[in-house]
Amino acid sequence: MNEPGYQHILKEGLWNNNPGLVQLLGLCPLLAVTNSVVNGLGLGLATTLTLITTNVIVSGIRNLVRPEVRIPVYVLVIASVVTIIELAMNAWFHDLYKILGIFIPLIVTNCAIIGRAESFASKQTVDRAFIDGLAMGVGFTLVLVTLGGMRELIGQGTLFAQAHLMFGEPGRALAMTLIDDYRGFLLAILPPGAFIGLGLLIALMNVINARREERELARDLDVARPSQA
Amino acid sequence: MNYRSSVITSVILFLFAVIGTGLVAVTYTSTSDRIAANERERLLRKLHVLVPPARHDNDLFADTLTVRDEILLGTPGPVTVYRARRANRPVALVMAAVAPDGYSGSIRLLVGINYDGTLAGVRVVTHRETPGLGDAIEEERSDWIYGFDGKSLENPPTGRWEVRKDGGDFDQLTGATITPRAIVGAVRRSLLYYREHREALFSISSPAESQQQAP
Repeated sequence: MNEPGYQHILKEGLWNNNPGLVQLLGLCPLLAVTNSVVNGLGLGLATTLTLITTNVIVSGIRNLVRPEVRIPVYVLVIASVVTIIELAMNAWFHDLYKILGIFIPLIVTNCAIIGRAESFASKQTVDRAFIDGLAMGVGFTLVLVTLGGMRELIGQGTLFAQAHLMFGEPGRALAMTLIDDYRGFLLAILPPGAFIGLGLLIALMNVINARREERELARDLDVARPSQA
Repeated sequence: MNYRSSVITSVILFLFAVIGTGLVAVTYTSTSDRIAANERERLLRKLHVLVPPARHDNDLFADTLTVRDEILLGTPGPVTVYRARRANRPVALVMAAVAPDGYSGSIRLLVGINYDGTLAGVRVVTHRETPGLGDAIEEERSDWIYGFDGKSLENPPTGRWEVRKDGGDFDQLTGATITPRAIVGAVRRSLLYYREHREALFSISSPAESQQQAP
């Protein structure tokens, strides 16, 4: 069994193997919720919390669970954790729960979570599973927030609208109207906007990766053939 | 896999099911009171927006009534009416009416009506309208819902209780006509119900089970 270092795990989750842009897991919540920055951030944080918790639990019980029943056990763990998080949020963060209410049960449908449980946490130590959950969660959140920002800006010309629902009164100051008297561009907010936006993000990532590869290749060539200046 | 090992495997799975369900059950019992209190407080906050605490001196939760009118109140089930009084004189009431014809199902409302028949205000409690379009009926997302404040069946006159697209006085929302149309209709019907039953709504005493948690 290989034992990746923390830095490697972080890089995988945030970029190389990003759940939203590379693995394309969890598209259902990703596409449904990203019509504003605040919605994206809310679901991202809730997903991150779930991922960390389930990853740690799955890793902790990895020697106990027989391979034949591992999937039902993971499903049980994930469903219990999500339900408990939902109830706890309802009890202690009631207003936030009212906004994210319908998205929390959606987390169960996020295959990134069972995907990480099966392909990573069940084979690694608890600390690595924790870092992996954090990295994948933050990576997913970044995609949600970026896509949410794109759609919100193009769709209604604002950013961080309704931030006070999440951060309380100080959040009101965060809300920005970047384009005054904007008539709105509905397509961006409706589901097709999510698909188009995600496609553009993936394309952008591919461009960046290709550039980087080119540069690395050029550097390798330079090393092989010292400069003639 | 032999007999022994499959028994162990099923026991493990069973134990996980028991622990998982147990944890959820414990969380549920330990949070349910708090959640109910949260819901109650949230509802009271909504009621107080429509009928500010300064306007009444009775307990809104105790002085309730349930009524039924499928056509005017939008639901076959019971509708809770919260009554506000000051020194035993009727001030206003809030009805938990329903707009049954939203774009994606029913929209639950709180319709506050002053004793004289003018609207104290309207708020949306739950809905499943399209995010970004129909959800502008929420007070947090736009000012649209304030458009009902102070209106009554005479203002605008009955024929103009429609969205502008249908020749009425109420704005529709960009990209969403069905949602506002449903709410305007539900509010108008609530006012009609109120006009017909005003005295009865205030005079019938609260049934014993009125302490029950409102929907």
